[in-house]
Amino acid sequence: MALTNEQIQNKLTEKFGEQVTAFGEPYGMLTFEAPKDLNLKVLQFLFDDETLRFKFLTDLQAVHYPTDKGRELAVVYHLHNLQDNVRLRFKVFTDINTPDVFTATQLYASANWMERETYDFYGVNFVGHPNLKRILNVDEMDYFPMRKEFPMEEQTRRDKDDEMFGRGGSVN
Amino acid sequence: MSRPVQFNITPKPVDYNGHISMVDAPEGHTGEGFFATKLSEVVGLARKNSLWPLPFATSCCGIEFMATMGSHYDIARFGSERIAFSPRQCDLIMVMGTIAKKMGPVLKQVYLQMAEPRWVLAMGACASSGGIFDSYSVLQGIDQIIPVDVYIPGCPPRPEAVIDGLMKVQDLVGKESLRRRNSEHYQKLLDSYGIQ
Repeated sequence: MALTNEQIQNKLTEKFGEQVTAFGEPYGMLTFEAPKDLNLKVLQFLFDDETLRFKFLTDLQAVHYPTDKGRELAVVYHLHNLQDNVRLRFKVFTDINTPDVFTATQLYASANWMERETYDFYGVNFVGHPNLKRILNVDEMDYFPMRKEFPMEEQTRRDKDDEMFGRGGSVN
Repeated sequence: MSRPVQFNITPKPVDYNGHISMVDAPEGHTGEGFFATKLSEVVGLARKNSLWPLPFATSCCGIEFMATMGSHYDIARFGSERIAFSPRQCDLIMVMGTIAKKMGPVLKQVYLQMAEPRWVLAMGACASSGGIFDSYSVLQGIDQIIPVDVYIPGCPPRPEAVIDGLMKVQDLVGKESLRRRNSEHYQKLLDSYGIQ
């Protein structure tokens, strides 16, 4: 019998109780969150469990919510059970001032580059990562460009109407 | 029915005789069995009609360049038959496409590997100015890292524009003084880019 979202949710609540929260199914994909200290335990459980078998990390990235004080950065794991073809989304939230999250590289080798990318763009510090340095941007970059306080536009341009391009002006 | 272009509207009879294209001889004195002209004219003539381009193509402008290389537009007609892929052999680097900031040092190194005299052609909006990619990750014009001789506008430019750009480079090459690359002015230009 195919694995259902309900079964996964029951398994998780059975194991972690009140600590896994915010279950939802946007577009039919199971989504939930857990405290950031638990991220490895939850991932390990999802990986090891005989029926869950989430052995493939499809994607890993971050989201910045500047208004959500104390939990500005969300790290999102997309997992895939290849045998039952079931996917789920797992989030942990962290304070932007202490963006330390345990690395998933020991569990999923594919997390290595994806965590470097997440560090590169959001500055999430993956504790225990073997090679946490920038991967896509230039090494000299001294900020994390996908954080909301930084504009996307190149700040050195002088030949465009600034009001249209987010470099000051009257429109912001 | 083919497209109504000049060739179809006013058909011209094919005349192969006397249609082998030759460059005109430079200005000079000619007489019985001799021809005297300036060395720079001859060198310029030779250089401009045998430019070896190095395509540095990163995106859609590169596709347009392939069309320019093909039989329809045929950039080889301008003496650029040999598209070479080693910078050490080339005279002209054609930068085509978006250059990300991370690609900047690579482009500069390729430029440095070329032997003097070398020319640079920036094709398209991205190479010339960053184009629509007004972004933290994209170099806002390759002239921030290497000196550029000719810019071709367009997004992407049509093959005719590329050919026009190449002919502009040929003009520069043909008229360039033989002492330019040793001049103080040129040295200052390179210094301003941090190139020795």
